[in-house]
Amino acid sequence: MPNNLTVTDLEDLATGAWILGTGGGGDPYFSLLEAKLHLAAGKGVRVIDPLGLPDDAMIGCVGQMGAPLAMQERMCDGPVIARTVTMMEAHLGRRFDALMLWEIGGNNGFQSILAAQLLGLPVVDADAMGRAFPQADMTSFAIADLSAAPWTMVDIRQNSLIFTEAVDWAWMERMTRRMCVVLGSTAATCKAPRTGAEVKRASCLHTLSWALRIGRTVRAARAAHADAVAAVVESEGGVMLFTGKVGDVMRRATEGWLRGTVQLEGLGGDAGHAMRIEFQNEWSVAWRDDEVVATVPDLVILLDTASGEAIGTETVRFGQRVSVIALAAPPVLTTPKGLAHVGPRAFGYDLDFRPLFGERA
Amino acid sequence: MIRVGIDVGGTNTDAVLLDGTAVLHAAKAGTTEDVTGGILAALAAVLQGAGVAAGRIGAVMIGTTHFTNAVVQRRGLARIAAVRVGLPAAATLPPFVDWPADLRAAVEGPVAMIRGGHEVDGRALVPFDEDAMRAAAREIAASGVAAAGICAVFAPLNAADEQRAAAILAAEAPAVSATLSHALGRIGLLARENVALLNAALVPMATRTVAAFHAALAGAGIDAPLYITQNDGTVATAEEAARYPVRSFASGPTNSLRGAAFLSGLADAMVVDVGGTTADVGSLVAGFPREANNVVEVGGVRTLFRMPDLVSIALGGGTLVDKADPALVGPVSVGFRLKERALVFGGADLTCTDIAVAAGLVALGDPARVAGLDGGFVRAALARIHALAADAVDRMRADATPRPLVAVGGAAFLVPDGIAGISQVVRVAHQGVANALGAAIAQVSGEVDQVFQGLSREQALEEARRVATDRAVRAGADPATVALVDQEDIPIAYLPGNSLRVRARVVGDVRG
Repeated sequence: MPNNLTVTDLEDLATGAWILGTGGGGDPYFSLLEAKLHLAAGKGVRVIDPLGLPDDAMIGCVGQMGAPLAMQERMCDGPVIARTVTMMEAHLGRRFDALMLWEIGGNNGFQSILAAQLLGLPVVDADAMGRAFPQADMTSFAIADLSAAPWTMVDIRQNSLIFTEAVDWAWMERMTRRMCVVLGSTAATCKAPRTGAEVKRASCLHTLSWALRIGRTVRAARAAHADAVAAVVESEGGVMLFTGKVGDVMRRATEGWLRGTVQLEGLGGDAGHAMRIEFQNEWSVAWRDDEVVATVPDLVILLDTASGEAIGTETVRFGQRVSVIALAAPPVLTTPKGLAHVGPRAFGYDLDFRPLFGERA
Repeated sequence: MIRVGIDVGGTNTDAVLLDGTAVLHAAKAGTTEDVTGGILAALAAVLQGAGVAAGRIGAVMIGTTHFTNAVVQRRGLARIAAVRVGLPAAATLPPFVDWPADLRAAVEGPVAMIRGGHEVDGRALVPFDEDAMRAAAREIAASGVAAAGICAVFAPLNAADEQRAAAILAAEAPAVSATLSHALGRIGLLARENVALLNAALVPMATRTVAAFHAALAGAGIDAPLYITQNDGTVATAEEAARYPVRSFASGPTNSLRGAAFLSGLADAMVVDVGGTTADVGSLVAGFPREANNVVEVGGVRTLFRMPDLVSIALGGGTLVDKADPALVGPVSVGFRLKERALVFGGADLTCTDIAVAAGLVALGDPARVAGLDGGFVRAALARIHALAADAVDRMRADATPRPLVAVGGAAFLVPDGIAGISQVVRVAHQGVANALGAAIAQVSGEVDQVFQGLSREQALEEARRVATDRAVRAGADPATVALVDQEDIPIAYLPGNSLRVRARVVGDVRG
């Protein structure tokens, strides 16, 4: 794990985080641009190991919530994210020792980095999802029954809110989601603060390093003109699910999420077969012909067959040549308690989790 | 119907006469600075060579790399104003933020960030700031720029603020032409804004260029519709093309790839097109250009076009070779001045063409004028040229499977016969006019982009495809060949009755 991130590290992190976004979380490109501007202005990114945190350290956890489609137009804004942190510090009456990632997948990992750059804080190599998920109750912290409150929420117009109490994560999700939609389906948030002990016990550890490693694998494969999709599958012990062409995309924006279905027509070894993938911000369940082949919380990932670049639910389009792969979810997500929060039933499917990677946890 | 395909490149203007699928004749002339002269010369040669009267020409299709060359070489671009309507959103990432520094220096004029724009559900983000726009428009007028790009947050859903900004600009700065982003792209603010800005920077040049095309046809006595080829292998009317030059950006490579497929009969191959200024490497899959999937960069700028997946390098027949150091090849090209400035044509500049003539690869001009070049120097320069070409081919390979490489373009002689990963370098008849041929076989399209209400999604898509097909057939497409190439629908949550914005695009061959 590098201590101070370079421009190349930031680029690899963006590539890897976008892949771990499993179609959601937004393309980190805008955040990457902004992080590079800050780095060029002398605002570095210092990454620290969560296992070295003192138990009583106070760790902030920031993220942008909302629909990726909205972020495609609204882009990102580090100063707005940083304001959620200072607002939380004012509410708590103490300063944070570091910021951790809320969600490594997609654009959100970078939100902590931008805020940390602007506030001069280190970034903890850990997140609360190990991928991307659409809801706050789909986190390792919710699974571990840590407190969901307080939250701060800020929008670009300087509207700001504090959610001081929530009886559980589902209520926090419900309340913040409603306000997020009011604010334009995208809002900056600082989640419930965590102690060093809680981070060590209940987060997905070293996921920033994981994203960096995937980004480096893709970069190396491209430089060698090797198959970047195969390189990721091999280096991460993943499964190749399907190769095909996008035949149809249906999207609907509901309750602050982007939901829909993409239909793939098979190519090569998959010719004559079809794949259907449904999504709620992120890819959630994949069917080959009519058989379920992968479900949340395992990571269902759509990659550009030629370049290995991730393809998002808001940018996938007719005619693209894509490969579908699956990576194993972090073990904390596939325990019975974990599956109650992030398994197929938590997404409204009458399906059991179908383990692709054998016994875990 | 007899069609003329014309390719106006940086160096040569090629013309080809096509009757159905039969090539009647092909001719080549040097591109002239006024564009008109080169087209007139190529037209006269091709009509005379085929013995066809100008009055029998049914349609003229022109493809040109003028606009993309202008961006790649940072030449002939207008300095422009940028207006972003969307504050307080995205304040840290202003217009031009991800442009290469040299292009930015050539194009960036006044930048205004104005409050306004829309939300994902169609509501206003904040009220449009008319006063700020008026002040910006006055500053733009005072700056003397010829064009402006205007981009509002969520303009593809609601273009009202772009139109308001344009109306104020027109009132305060009537001489400034405006490109509105919603006409050029879909959701994705920065890439759509980039495209609008590039387009604005090209409009003055495109207007002059299209006028020159018209003048040339009139001069040749041709009274037939003039079409300009587009990125996707279809054509647009000349007037439309002058307003939206970015839509012609990739027409050169598209035409050469489609022309190479036509000439070689190969449906799956790589293609390298070496012109006077650039070499473009692309891939044919099932007879069509392989499209870049995600982000397409033009001259280092992120766009959201669907374009052939392409590697483009500054290597062509007119590319300069340093007289002291044979390893310094390019990036500057003498372009259309090859016939005055290259050594073999009596000029004083050492170009890649001179090196090829000295090495005996091609017979052009007066070989005696390069006979004095040092043999070691020529070999070293040629090795460098071959390495550049091989590297571009290598960068384009998607997998390890060896494929044939079709070498086309006026300077195809610069492509070496042995390239790693290539099963065979294929050389074809009429290789020098593949682009013009691709233009001549360009397809026509039909497009629809409208909001449907009170229909199911299936019904709305069906209706959109029907309207697009009707439009394509009315524009001259053979109904049997019409195929859907693009379809997109976005629900508009704030409108009642299942409102769905649907874009559909179909293309088909020109009816024979």
